[in-house]
Amino acid sequence: MSQKLLLNAKEINIILQRLACQLVENHHHFENSVLIGIQPRGSFLADRLYRILKEEYQLETILYGKLDITFYRDDFRRGDKMLKANETDINFVVENKNVVLIDDVLYTGRSIRSALTALQSFGRPSKIELLTLIDRRFSRDLPIQPDYNGRKVDAINDEHVKVCWEANEDEDAVYLLKN
Amino acid sequence: MKELSVSNLLGIKYLKEEDLHLIFETADQFKEVINRPIKKVPSLRDITIANLFFENSTRTRLSFELAEKRLSADVVNFSASSSSVSKGETLVDTVNNILAMKVDMVVMRHPHPGAGVFLSKHVNASIINAGDGAHEHPTQALLDAFSIREKYGEIDGKKIVIVGDILHSRVALSNIFTLIKLGAEVKVCGPNSLIPKHIESLGVKVEPNLVKALEWCDIANMLRVQNERMDYTYFPSTREYVQQYGVDKTLLETLSKPITIMHPGPINRGVEITSDVADSEHSIILNQVENGVAIRMAVMYLLASKIKNYESS
Repeated sequence: MSQKLLLNAKEINIILQRLACQLVENHHHFENSVLIGIQPRGSFLADRLYRILKEEYQLETILYGKLDITFYRDDFRRGDKMLKANETDINFVVENKNVVLIDDVLYTGRSIRSALTALQSFGRPSKIELLTLIDRRFSRDLPIQPDYNGRKVDAINDEHVKVCWEANEDEDAVYLLKN
Repeated sequence: MKELSVSNLLGIKYLKEEDLHLIFETADQFKEVINRPIKKVPSLRDITIANLFFENSTRTRLSFELAEKRLSADVVNFSASSSSVSKGETLVDTVNNILAMKVDMVVMRHPHPGAGVFLSKHVNASIINAGDGAHEHPTQALLDAFSIREKYGEIDGKKIVIVGDILHSRVALSNIFTLIKLGAEVKVCGPNSLIPKHIESLGVKVEPNLVKALEWCDIANMLRVQNERMDYTYFPSTREYVQQYGVDKTLLETLSKPITIMHPGPINRGVEITSDVADSEHSIILNQVENGVAIRMAVMYLLASKIKNYESS
């Protein structure tokens, strides 16, 4: 298996700063906006953005939750996807809120579709936006596009994009893996 | 992929320790789901489940039905009293007729031990045993263990005493299998006539003295005296049973440390436990009921993942 570095720690950091800046530009003080990280991998990205917004933009009261989509997947009983769910931690309702869904890689769009359904269990948001670090454009199965995006990647189907975070893999990096 | 090692839940005896942990970890997430404003997930929307109750039940049946509906499954209910069973139909015929209507999963309670195992050999559907005679009641034992894990963090090393009618109790047997697999120490306590012979071979100890048993344990699981299963008198009178094996507040206060009280229901208040014990802060009886729905959702979700209708089409 060969691997190619797509983004190093410095580049990721610049992207995170830019994404945080764009969020503030659109959501100002986050009075009516919330961040939701998609479990498990989107939460690492969401954690980092949450920290930047809190520490560098002094948005101390921002609402932040983690959403697991396992029970909402459209491939249950088809194939060998993981059954085991992760924790969902949303201690607020999203009724009439502006929600920013956060995931690391946007590929087929099916996870996001599941997340949109899962989110309905917590109320009816007034608006939902999507933020991703990597957009694998040209690979979509569903009509879903990000509102905020770190980097666009053109990868073919047997390639895999791996996002590593300092919190779980000791480095910030994005690799393109090829079988 | 992490999945259950079995495709039917016939008894705890057939499960591995990893299966128990997988069920608990899945139930953790379902417990969060049933506390949301909208308590429903779409996982089983293309699964049909038949609840076949050949014996009376309120709580288990309600809990299963609620769990099925929370998972978005289609549900059909059947009870023996209002069916053709009374006209002489056999179990396999009854179930095959129901399966001919394209049912994927069967939840069955039956008065005869082994009914679930028998059925699993003759019909092509996923079977969940919701109690078979005095044999096993696996989902009850799972929810009991889950409730202990919730309160204490783990089950390994905990001391649990099961008090009462061990002889006629499917809850006792399934509890013993579960707790031993998870590393707990288990004692049983009750009148000699209600303790099965050779029960020590399951890895439990017998303690006939209630006070000693309670002094030893962290958790006491109080069982109901199953008068309906008794073919003759096992103890002189209910009054004498209460004096020897009933737990009241005064008795709990004399113990050197607080213990947790569990009961699978239905409670005979004033017999195995008094009302002040059942409603006290030491009792986790209502937590058990809530956890029952989460555990049954987890079991059905994990078993349903093994039904692959889409592979051939």
